[in-house]
Amino acid sequence: MTKENGAPGGHGEEPTRRDFIYIAAGGAAAVGGGLVAWPFIDQMNPAADTLALGSIRFDTAQVEEGASVTVMWRGGPVFVRRRTEAEIAEAREAGLNSLPDDLARNDNLGNSAPAVDANRVLRPEILIVKGNCTHLGCVPLGPGSNTGDYDGWYCPCHGSHYDTSGRIRRGPAPENLPVPDYYFEGGEESTIVKIGLSPEEAATSGWQESDASGAVA
Amino acid sequence: MSGPSTYKPSTGIEKWLDSRLPIIRLGYDSFVDFPTPRNLNYWWTFGGILAVFLMIQIISGIVLAMHYVAHEDYAFDSVQRITRDVPFGWLIQSMHANGASFFFVAVYLHMFRGLYYGSYKAPREILWILGVVIYLLMMATAFMGYVLPWGQMSYWGAMVITNLIGALPFVGDAIREWLWGGFSVGQATLNRFFSLHYLLPFVIAGVVGLHIWALHVPGNGNPAGLEIKDPKKDALPFHPYYTVKDGFAIIVYLMVFATFVFYMPGVLGHADNYIEADPLVTPAHIVPEWYFLPFYAILRAVTFDIGPIDAKLGGVLAMFGAIAILFVLPWLDTSKVRSMRYRPLTRWFFIFFVIAALGLGWCGAKNPDDPVPLLGFKFVYLAQFLTLYYFAYFVVILPVLGIIEKPKDRPASIEASVLGNDKS
Repeated sequence: MTKENGAPGGHGEEPTRRDFIYIAAGGAAAVGGGLVAWPFIDQMNPAADTLALGSIRFDTAQVEEGASVTVMWRGGPVFVRRRTEAEIAEAREAGLNSLPDDLARNDNLGNSAPAVDANRVLRPEILIVKGNCTHLGCVPLGPGSNTGDYDGWYCPCHGSHYDTSGRIRRGPAPENLPVPDYYFEGGEESTIVKIGLSPEEAATSGWQESDASGAVA
Repeated sequence: MSGPSTYKPSTGIEKWLDSRLPIIRLGYDSFVDFPTPRNLNYWWTFGGILAVFLMIQIISGIVLAMHYVAHEDYAFDSVQRITRDVPFGWLIQSMHANGASFFFVAVYLHMFRGLYYGSYKAPREILWILGVVIYLLMMATAFMGYVLPWGQMSYWGAMVITNLIGALPFVGDAIREWLWGGFSVGQATLNRFFSLHYLLPFVIAGVVGLHIWALHVPGNGNPAGLEIKDPKKDALPFHPYYTVKDGFAIIVYLMVFATFVFYMPGVLGHADNYIEADPLVTPAHIVPEWYFLPFYAILRAVTFDIGPIDAKLGGVLAMFGAIAILFVLPWLDTSKVRSMRYRPLTRWFFIFFVIAALGLGWCGAKNPDDPVPLLGFKFVYLAQFLTLYYFAYFVVILPVLGIIEKPKDRPASIEASVLGNDKS
């Protein structure tokens, strides 16, 4: 502070009421600036109606053995695949040390669960994974066109190969295809799967749901 | 550079205005009587060409925004409607789409001009940095503009580029969702890209104002790399000498532009962008617009982990680093000699730099695993070699050559560079 009108202040002198006002006004301006900025930043995040479209229901009985159906969930693809016995065996045989990403990436489990096949599925024959390559988001090709060197999926964009558990095995993708929250509605016998909600969440929330139909076999 | 103003208001209204808002004086001093080196060649006309193309893009863009619908269900059809049903929509849409390409052709020539003639060196560092800022803004604007037609390349280009952000450790996923406004590229993404695509050209125009301001403090560089010592001998007034020269270049450039607009309006586009965006099907081969190809090649050239940085993040860092390095270029080049006319060794490295940049563009357009014609090895290896050269040019070649190179004799003045040293 400079000396004005004979007012005390400045270095080495007792702080004055003017110093206090100066600091208080500056602090209020900084906090106020942050409070104004935050709404303008946060408005870009997913809106409530976008979040509300968070879950879908799908009947896995439509998926034939060895086939994969692509369902639209949260604006992007989800693969629902009915694996053959051979594919299940292949997924179970892969050792953890042969996997570039050894984490299960399963929203239903904790962050540190290992990527063994049992941690990737609820029922061995039904595999459900998000259908965007973890490299740059392309939709990998699957049964019916090109399953890659590990019989799962092959991403044509930059050559990532996924195995029959949706785990990355070779190529630039850094992570396994993530497993979304899901559960089978109505217990052991049911083929209806609810994607986007864990059973606990379903019990407590009033989120909307929509029925999904398969797109590509 | 402009020195004391020579503007003399002649009419009463000019005198009245000049003592209140001397805007005519500003225009006169900047674009009429501004002392400009007498030896500027045609490489110096791209600044004016760029100004023209900024105006073309803004005017055609404002018109297109009157007919375009920023909605994932209607965007694609609205662009088709513009080209088929809106009176002269085919013309204005073609001008805008091709205008973006011609804008980038001009900016790349403008930048290579600056690199060759040392336009970034003291006292023009801020001028150069503002130019790099404009280039970055142009890239952001063009990227978002390409998303708006909502074709397959629009959608998947946006998907790939926004997924690059996901490579950032810890915060990547949150930032990506924040950019998308959802869990994927979708309606929210399209709508905000439209808003920002409309905004950014005006930001560019503002930075162009600063760019010209920073230009008019030291004045133009020139092919000899010398400063104006005696304005009477070394310089010419901007008008009519350079208004005419720039005007001629603008006309020639617009003729080439018109050839594309009228005879091959779609040749610079991609066939897949005539298919409406489909979030469930990825095109077999995603490529960005041609003006991003060199950086796309650098992104894909990093196929290996570097210490704790995985290949994906490494590629992203290399791509952004390739542009970021331009900001510090004025301090990397250690030579005091501006023009490469007088740098016999550096000149060859520069020529190879241009070839490397074009070569990277070629690599970006190709599948990385395909073999290079005649050479036989994969494109990804060519891209890696050229990426290495790209960075080496800035961090090794320019710093070292400035110290070890013996420059040629330079003329005594700008006038001498034009008329010969004997006239003194």
